[in-house]
Amino acid sequence: MKNKDSMNDQELPNDGLTYPDTEYYCKTRPVPVAPQFEAMEKIRNWARANSLSVQAFGTGCGAVELRPLMTARYDAYRFGVMTSPTPRQSCVFIIGGYASVKTLKRIVVSYEQMQNPKFVVALGSCTVNGGMYWDSYNTINRIDYYIPVDLYISGCMPRPEALLAGFVKLKELIKAGKCEGANTYAENFDWYKANQKKIIKDWNMPDYNW
Amino acid sequence: MKQLFERLRPLFAVTDFEQRRTDLAFLHIPKDYAEMLIRHLRDHEGFSHLVFFTAVDYIEDGIFRLIYMLHNYATKDTLGVYVDLSRAEPVMTSIHPLWEQAALYQRELKEMFGIDFPGSPGVDEDFLLEGWDEIPPMRREFDTRAYAEKTFFPRAGREKTDPRAHMQAQLYPDEGEK
Repeated sequence: MKNKDSMNDQELPNDGLTYPDTEYYCKTRPVPVAPQFEAMEKIRNWARANSLSVQAFGTGCGAVELRPLMTARYDAYRFGVMTSPTPRQSCVFIIGGYASVKTLKRIVVSYEQMQNPKFVVALGSCTVNGGMYWDSYNTINRIDYYIPVDLYISGCMPRPEALLAGFVKLKELIKAGKCEGANTYAENFDWYKANQKKIIKDWNMPDYNW
Repeated sequence: MKQLFERLRPLFAVTDFEQRRTDLAFLHIPKDYAEMLIRHLRDHEGFSHLVFFTAVDYIEDGIFRLIYMLHNYATKDTLGVYVDLSRAEPVMTSIHPLWEQAALYQRELKEMFGIDFPGSPGVDEDFLLEGWDEIPPMRREFDTRAYAEKTFFPRAGREKTDPRAHMQAQLYPDEGEK
């Protein structure tokens, strides 16, 4: 982005809110966080990669794969992956397959409430190009126009083994410092927001939920 | 179930009785008498269970066909009641006084087909499509594909193959087109 500083001064309009709610929500934009000195970032990324908390929010048919993944059969805890009940306590968001417009609204709210650094794993063909629902009236075609995606796992459905392989890959990416989705979102905030508002027509929530 | 039809015929304007199985039959009734017939079936003929309630869009005939599927637990019979509505004026009597859960079906029909059920609880609220501003999407004149391509940022590079020709080329490449 060119004039980043002047952009950050602008307040969010919060057009979707009515009077008492406008007082309760913040109008500040998300701000990109610059990395600190390199050695420190490496240690932090190593720590981040080895304790991933998956948000327990099933957003499509792919969510059924999370049950065997997290329980005794495939036991993702071996890989340092655990579940957490709320968006604010988690750092990995698994988009489990197709997302309808109604679900996307909840995805945006949950994603924005997650704290930095946050990672998005898009599961299944539907998140890549719509999959078998590509010409549906209510299913979005590509999730990366609405939230930044770090890793895709293709397939319909991917097996839990594919998800485990995806977690291994995600760890590599995090350790290499390539998972900067939260910063991408903050830098291109207007573009993401315009895309979201294009399809979520009853926008009755704050422009940035946190 | 033929006896049931013979019992109903003096009372209601039922037509086109069609028996598809020994325990499954369908009949037609004009819109204005449908609610009375369904009430009679529930209270006097033992069809106490509303299995489902849906609509089909026959755009060529200019009608929506409502299908009330009723089940009788005593005789284990299932009866489908067809009601044709004009597409120009898709309004139907609500049956939520008979079965409370019908209100949910009617809310869905209002959203997906635009069929109105005046007086049904919550019929005007959004059900699945929040903030929908096009024509109802299950109507056949709604072009789903054009809408999706206009709205949802399709990713380039999607290829489509005919499954038959594709598998033929994969499995029997030497045999050529049959």
